[in-house]
Amino acid sequence: MADADKTPTAAGRRIDEATNTATVGHEWDGIEELDTPMPRWWLWTFYATIVFSVAYAVAYPAWPLLSKGTEGMLGWSSRGQLRAELNAQQAQREQTVAALARMPIEELPGHPELMRAAIAGGAAAFKVNCVQCHGAGAAGFKGFPNLNDDDWLWGGDLQAIEASLVHGVRQPGDDATRQSMMPNFGKDGLLTSEQVQDVTSYVLSLSGREKASPASRRGAGLFAENCAICHGADGTGSRDFGAPNLADAIWLYGGTREEVTAQINAPRHGVMPAWDTRLDPVTIKMLTAYVHSLGGGEKFEIAQASSRARPGTGDGL
Amino acid sequence: MDQSLNLKPASLYAKREPVFNRRIDGRFRRLKWAIMVICLAIYWITPWIRWDRGPYAPDQAVLVDLAHRRFYMFGIEIWPHEFYFVAGLLIMAGIGLFLVTSAVGRAWCGYACPQTVWTDLFQHVDRFFDGDRNARFRLYKAPWGPAKIARRLGKWSVYLAISFATGGAWIFYFADAPTLHQVFWSGTAAPVAYGTVFVLTMTTFVLGGFMREQVCIYMCPWPRIQTAMLDEKSLIVTYKDWRGEPRGSVKKAQKNPEAFGDCIDCNQCVAVCPTGIDIREGPQIGCITCALCIDACDRVMSETGRPRGLIDYATLEDSEREKAGQPPTRHLKLIWRPRTVLYFAVWAGIGLGLLFLLGARVHTDLTVAKDRNPPYILMSDGSVRNAYTLRLRNMQGRPRQMEIAIEGLPGAKMWSDDIGMEEAARTLTRTVPADETQSLRAYVVVPAGTASQEFTFNLRAMGEEREQDSAQAQFDTPGVE
Repeated sequence: MADADKTPTAAGRRIDEATNTATVGHEWDGIEELDTPMPRWWLWTFYATIVFSVAYAVAYPAWPLLSKGTEGMLGWSSRGQLRAELNAQQAQREQTVAALARMPIEELPGHPELMRAAIAGGAAAFKVNCVQCHGAGAAGFKGFPNLNDDDWLWGGDLQAIEASLVHGVRQPGDDATRQSMMPNFGKDGLLTSEQVQDVTSYVLSLSGREKASPASRRGAGLFAENCAICHGADGTGSRDFGAPNLADAIWLYGGTREEVTAQINAPRHGVMPAWDTRLDPVTIKMLTAYVHSLGGGEKFEIAQASSRARPGTGDGL
Repeated sequence: MDQSLNLKPASLYAKREPVFNRRIDGRFRRLKWAIMVICLAIYWITPWIRWDRGPYAPDQAVLVDLAHRRFYMFGIEIWPHEFYFVAGLLIMAGIGLFLVTSAVGRAWCGYACPQTVWTDLFQHVDRFFDGDRNARFRLYKAPWGPAKIARRLGKWSVYLAISFATGGAWIFYFADAPTLHQVFWSGTAAPVAYGTVFVLTMTTFVLGGFMREQVCIYMCPWPRIQTAMLDEKSLIVTYKDWRGEPRGSVKKAQKNPEAFGDCIDCNQCVAVCPTGIDIREGPQIGCITCALCIDACDRVMSETGRPRGLIDYATLEDSEREKAGQPPTRHLKLIWRPRTVLYFAVWAGIGLGLLFLLGARVHTDLTVAKDRNPPYILMSDGSVRNAYTLRLRNMQGRPRQMEIAIEGLPGAKMWSDDIGMEEAARTLTRTVPADETQSLRAYVVVPAGTASQEFTFNLRAMGEEREQDSAQAQFDTPGVE
């Protein structure tokens, strides 16, 4: 080795000429390591991190054991934190919830902020409880009413919607449930099949889907005798019986000739749970506000005054 | 090999050598004073400058309002969606550092870096309590006794006071300073305020009071980046060894003038260095180019009757020229070269671009989001309804009336939450609160038989400057039967 050209220091280590730094004395194939020591505080920082990690392991959950981990002296847990955050959220909402609980639903529009909170809460509750039948966009399906439109079976003001939610539709065991039953005109032989066809022609002529014809004129008489008691003389329906408006563009079970005929022969009837057995009154109020806000909600006063006279009663709720 | 095995292992860690830098006066020291005063003044005074923005906006000139997501800087107000202005400023700051580095070397490190400014401040505190270099060194070596403890405690409390003022000032950039000041002392400010002040007080205390040059040498990435950015044309503090070596005392040099250079080995350059390096060893990472050694050496040179500038700002290129006996490059030529010009052009270009964007921006905006589920609603009279969520943005510091109108879509009418479908019309009018975005549901209904098509919402801000915006939207229908 070329030790001759190295100038050993007192400790036997060479000083590198280019950098004026001592080497540590190691050499590998002529490659030497300069002694550039780390600062001492770096070491202390390292010790501090060790102390911190020990303290952390004592204070917080750290060691996995057989059935569960160590819990830590502070008693912190992620679930506990979540619970605390949820409780804090709950406490924050408490005032709103209490105000909603006190307030009759028809007074809600006078309190825009409360209304907004109710709509937001209702939107969340809707996604859990209602989308299964009414769809995520509340647009319904065949047989399940669209809640966005201006057509309501049982009424579209806040009170009517709340009543429908609380008591449900055709719910056994609820005395105030929305109840009505259309007879099986064809199946039970109340009308002959020709008569059913005539009534179908008349019904379809009401909304202009078919032109007036001899059949529809025959159907008009039959309609007045059999149907007008619920659907009204002009076929615009009645919200007292949840009888759909037959003169509008909206058809709950379809508006083709076959579909209408089938409905007269053996009507299907929608059912909705009475939600007061499943949800608390405040959630129901929130759902009411949300459904009302979807774009077809009716003003309470107007709805009150003209619930009978309004033509728009086809198949809402 | 055998020899190395017998060696005592070298220590892997080095104790910090404390730095007791001597007081010095000179042109660079005065420049440092001036820059220090300016920097500290900017830092401490800025949050207290008021700027009238009318009744609807804060009157603090510089305010980062995180809670309301606004950034105010004098006449400029930045919304979150305009964050590219801040990004642009950061890019400018970065390129500005490149520009400064390529023109005048590590000037940032030497004069304006907060670590340098606060270290300088703390070193003046050292000097005030413990005296100059030698006195401080003696005190450092002295055993702990009542006098030393008293001095240390006094000094550290001043450190702490400065650190607290530093950490405390920071939070004023994020809230109304006078209010926060009151609330802070009443103990009712947000916990994050106290936490921030505590953390920044402690970092200032530790980094400025004790770590000092260790931060520059071991922690900061910027010196490393700068070593890569400096070139042979960058100004660095240079000991002109060709002129100074070999070193010899004044007496020796008088006896034998030919044998010695100008350096009298008085060590004043080392004594005044705030990072404790010896500049005569050449350029090094510990040199922040504060130029205090130039001041020190210039004074010694004048006292010994030699020309100034044995230690001086010089480029590597000039050093070679000077060694060869050629005149140095003119200063202007040092700065005016392609690299600096390019940096400056990019820097200025971004700045001008930002200014242009700032001047050209509109304070009104409309965005439309269509309800996709359901895409359309059939109404009882056969008409078709689509629902949209409109967002009206009012970036002015006052409430403004805005009118939304439907363009296209024949026969369409719209209504909203606050007005019923009975009052549906082609236009809606809303008052948007000052400096806010208002969201609004719009139900648009078209007569039966309309085909799906695109149309436009037009937004018009009423008032002095008639700003407007528009947004395309799609109207879906079941189609023409």
